[in-house]
Amino acid sequence: MTIREMQKVLDAKFLYGEELEDLDVEFVFSADMMSDVLAYGSKCSVLITGLCNPQVVRTAEMLDIVCIIFVRGKMPDENMLALAMGKGIAVLATDHYMFTTCGMLYEHGLRGGA
Amino acid sequence: MSGGLTFRYTIDGDDFTRAGEASSSVKNKLKMLGLSADVTRRVAIAMYEGEINMVIHADGGVITVAVSDSEITMVLADTGPGIPDVEKAMREGYSTAREEVRSLGFGAGMGLPNMKRYTDEMQIDTVVGKGTTITMKVRL
Ligand SMILES: Nc1ncnc2c1ncn2[C@@H]1O[C@H](COP(=O)(O)OP(=O)(O)O)[C@@H](O)[C@H]1O
Ligand SMILES: [Mg+2]
Repeated sequence: MTIREMQKVLDAKFLYGEELEDLDVEFVFSADMMSDVLAYGSKCSVLITGLCNPQVVRTAEMLDIVCIIFVRGKMPDENMLALAMGKGIAVLATDHYMFTTCGMLYEHGLRGGA
Repeated sequence: MSGGLTFRYTIDGDDFTRAGEASSSVKNKLKMLGLSADVTRRVAIAMYEGEINMVIHADGGVITVAVSDSEITMVLADTGPGIPDVEKAMREGYSTAREEVRSLGFGAGMGLPNMKRYTDEMQIDTVVGKGTTITMKVRL
């Protein structure tokens, strides 16, 4: 599934990285605790989270994640978007809750890393 | 690379927002040196957890990263409170972090186990009331 397809399925806003829209992704990790992402997400290229602070972008950066999806209407601030820009990480935001977001993407063939 | 390279960072203990900048810088440097994505990622994750710990548990510190032909050595030294029971601190889920830290996405008690998981060697030298020095190695 490409980043653009995820954006459409989730009815998400593309906050940064439209030039990355054709990137194909397969494995996804979702959590609000960043240490859990660091522990178990190292095979994944997409992070779904309801946590909204700069360490989310840092965590994604360390794991070479290419797209962050913020759920529950969470909106990253300019500082976070600037960080994501600097690292070439696409950022989507959807109003769906975490479970629904994961379910929709699973239905479209995306999987967890384990 | 023979002779090796050393990078040194002073970590500010007051600014959680900036925690991770040193790890980010190291990740970029290792990438530029042409090290593999796997090694680069492992070093970045381990150092990032250590850097976060310095900020949330020890009011900052100094990180030195040395790159040789055979390994990358990270030394994280702080003059914080020290760790009274290292064995306990190494357990997954053990954390003394405040609720405020948890609401920022850390304090799940996974940091030290993650640091061990992603490195080939890890040693903790700590004295209560004096500080903690953690040495980690990733072999190339
Ligand atoms: N640099 C440090 N100085 C003092 N205590 C530390 C340090 N690093 C870790 N600790 C102690 O070890 C515990 C476990 O650390 P960690 O596994 O990273 O979990 P967390 O940071 O989520 O609490 C911490 O809660 C803290 O009590
Ligand atoms: Mg920690």
